[in-house]
This record gives sequence, structure tokens and C-alpha cells, in this order.
Amino acid sequence: MQLSTKSRLSSKTYDCGDISDVQELYHSNGWTDGLPIVPPTSAAVEACLEWAAMAPDQLIGIEPVRERRITAEKLAINSVMAGCLPAHFPVVVAAWTAMLQDEFLLHGATASTGGCGILLIINGSIRHEIGANATFNVLGSSDRATSTIGRALRLCLINILDVRPGSIDRSTLGHPGKFSYCFAEDEEDTTWDSLSVTQGVPNDLSAVTVLAASAPRQIMNEWTTKPEEILETFAAEMRASQRNYSIWPGNYAIVIPKQLREHLEAANWTKKMIAEFIFERARIHRREWATVGKSAVVRDRGDTVYPALESPDHLLIIAAGGPAGGFGAIIPPWLGHKSHAVTLPIGACLDCGPDVS
Amino acid sequence: MTISVLDPTSEANPPPGQTAPRLDTLKGKTIGFISNGKEGTRRYFHHLDEILRQDYGVAKTVLQTKSNYSAPADPHIVNGISEWDAMMSGIGD
Repeated sequence: MQLSTKSRLSSKTYDCGDISDVQELYHSNGWTDGLPIVPPTSAAVEACLEWAAMAPDQLIGIEPVRERRITAEKLAINSVMAGCLPAHFPVVVAAWTAMLQDEFLLHGATASTGGCGILLIINGSIRHEIGANATFNVLGSSDRATSTIGRALRLCLINILDVRPGSIDRSTLGHPGKFSYCFAEDEEDTTWDSLSVTQGVPNDLSAVTVLAASAPRQIMNEWTTKPEEILETFAAEMRASQRNYSIWPGNYAIVIPKQLREHLEAANWTKKMIAEFIFERARIHRREWATVGKSAVVRDRGDTVYPALESPDHLLIIAAGGPAGGFGAIIPPWLGHKSHAVTLPIGACLDCGPDVS
Repeated sequence: MTISVLDPTSEANPPPGQTAPRLDTLKGKTIGFISNGKEGTRRYFHHLDEILRQDYGVAKTVLQTKSNYSAPADPHIVNGISEWDAMMSGIGD
């Protein structure tokens, strides 16, 4: 079906003489992340909407704090600007639907001085359709799909919700993931259930998981094959994050590449077993704050124990990364449990009622 | 060749909030504070309470603290604002 969307696009248009004029228009208005954009022409925006079979005015949701309407047309414009192909657009829509769920606390997560990014993890067959990378350099620059989809989330924040540095975005530092923070899980090269399956999505559906997340903290342990020792290194990094950043429990993500994964799988460790082990090991006493210069806030609660996770199922375990190297990463939450990770199937309609203006 | 491109912003922004009418005096008034609950707010609002009562004759201050400093004020706090003559919302780290 081809929707007739051209006449229904309602955004203001600007006529530019050439590509340089387009770039200057967008940069001078603060409509970019500092990098050049792809011109969002009507044809390109229509192609995104047609691929997803969405009307331009389809309401994705309303940001509750500032009451901004998020429509398919505006998501598509920003997706084109980020470099997305039409096939990428359903992932952007699913991610934004997830970000607008109450438990994600979108305004707080994007306005905070804490400076988190929006981490997006892709599961399911759509990874192959769009060419989303799950292996080499997975947390860095890698492929067209994940780079542009992650960037689209940020451009939408900037332009639809004014999440610009110094405006709504009050980040003290931010981190490089605020350009783009998206990757896929390596579902084929593991015996484990995918992240989306562990989060309750049927395994025949593609899905997104969003997490308000700090920058990755990389670990290395190439000197053991014992699961407990490998996972202790991950837990130690989480404890370090608790001491040095935030002591509060939340959704941590851990990324386990193939070399370490093989040792765990050979010993028949499942994601559930890993989560239970990490839950027990990633916790600190409040008095440990005194070892990192925070003795002023220990007070009389030094013996209180703070787990990094509220429960084992709050750990997001992702199989991803290049085949060689005993590396891994933990990705801490923005700020404890104030925002929760959200997983949704791609193409799901949570509220398909008529648009109410 | 002209390139026609689209506006990526929300365009239809809600109208900006209006400033409430100023009080003629603070004497005898009840002033509410909505704190985000961060560490730095304790001394700040304590100090503010002293200034308002001692220097401006405010009758009473009421301190309410949000349950989540990154989220809007809780409904029970918002519902109680009408009982105050004025309010101050502070952000502190």
C-alpha cells in the first residue's frame, strides 16, 4: 500500500539554493548536533512514512512534562536528517514509543546534569534487514543503520523537545554516546536467549530496548576461564561505578563479547545464572564512599549495604562485540532507578486510538 | 536548482507560562517551598526560611520535597499549593 502523504505533510518548508545553504540553515537555527545533515526533503520524509505505513500526523505520544506532541512526521524529518534509510524508520518509531513510557522518565533523563545518553539495543530479524552490527567495534562507529538510528534519537530530542545543550539539556559533561548510542545483539553466535526475549518479547518479534545510560566502562580479563572470576571483573567495575558515580540501584547493562562468552557458555552458564551472580556480587557498603573522597555523606549509615541491582532481572545482558579479546563493558544507568529500561516489539501499537488534537 | 527542506522542530509550542500577580507584601503570608530534595537544598531553604521570616515578616513557610528530584512535583504537593500565598521552587545540587 502506498499512502498518499505528500499533500498532508504540515511542516514549514524552506527553499535553499544548494546543499551548502541547507547546511547553513540547519546549523544557524541550532537544528543539528554539530555534524552535517541529510536534507529532509518531502520525498525523503514521505519514503520513511510510507515504509512504516504511517500517516504524517500519527501521534507517537505526548511528552508529559512539557506537553510536546511527538508525531510521525517530525520523527521522519529528523530521521532523514540523521541519515536514516526508510527501512530504519520503524526502529526509530519503536524507540521513541519506548522512550515515551512513563517509567523511562524522558524529561528527567534528557534534562539532567548527569548527562546520560539514550542507549538503544536492537534484537530480532530486523538486524539483518537493516545491517545492524553486533560484532567488531560494536560500541564505536560501525555501520550505517546503528549510527544513523542512534543519531536520529538525538536529533529528535534536540528539535522536537529542545534538548539542546544549555537549554533543556543541562548536562555538565555528557558523553560521546549522545551523538549515537545504538547497537545490535549478536544473537546467532550465542546459546543465550536474546535481551528482548529475557525482557518478555516473543522470540519471533524484533524489538528495541532503550536505557538512559552513562558511558560504557570497559573491563579486561583474559587470564581465566572460570565464570565466577570473569563475572567478578564485571561486578567489580559496577562496584567502582557505585562508589565513584552513583550508589543507587538501577538497570545496568553488561556487554559480553565472544571470547569471554565462550567460557561462560562452555560452563553452561545462562543469562539468568549470570544475573543472579552479579546481583550478589555487585554491592557495596556505604562506608566505601570514604575511600573515594566522599566521607562527608557516609554519616551513621556506613554499614548499610547498597546493591547495584534492585533484583537480578534488572541486569541487561547483551552478547555483542568482536570475536577476539577478553574484553567486556558495563553500562551504568543514568541515575539509579529513577528511569527504567523499556523493551518494546518493533511495530507494536500501544494505543492505536484516533488522534486527539 | 532549489532544494526544499522541512522544519524539524515541533513548531506548535504551548504558550509560555504567565507570571503570577505579585503580592503587595510578604508580611503575614504563608510561603511554600518545593525542594528537589538534593543535598544542597537543605541549607539553602533553611537560610531562605530565616530571611523571609526575620527580614520580611513572613508568618510561615512550608517545605515540601519531591519524591523524585528528576520528575515533576508529586500530585499531593501540587494539590496543596493553593493553600499558600506564594511559592518558590528551588533546584539544588
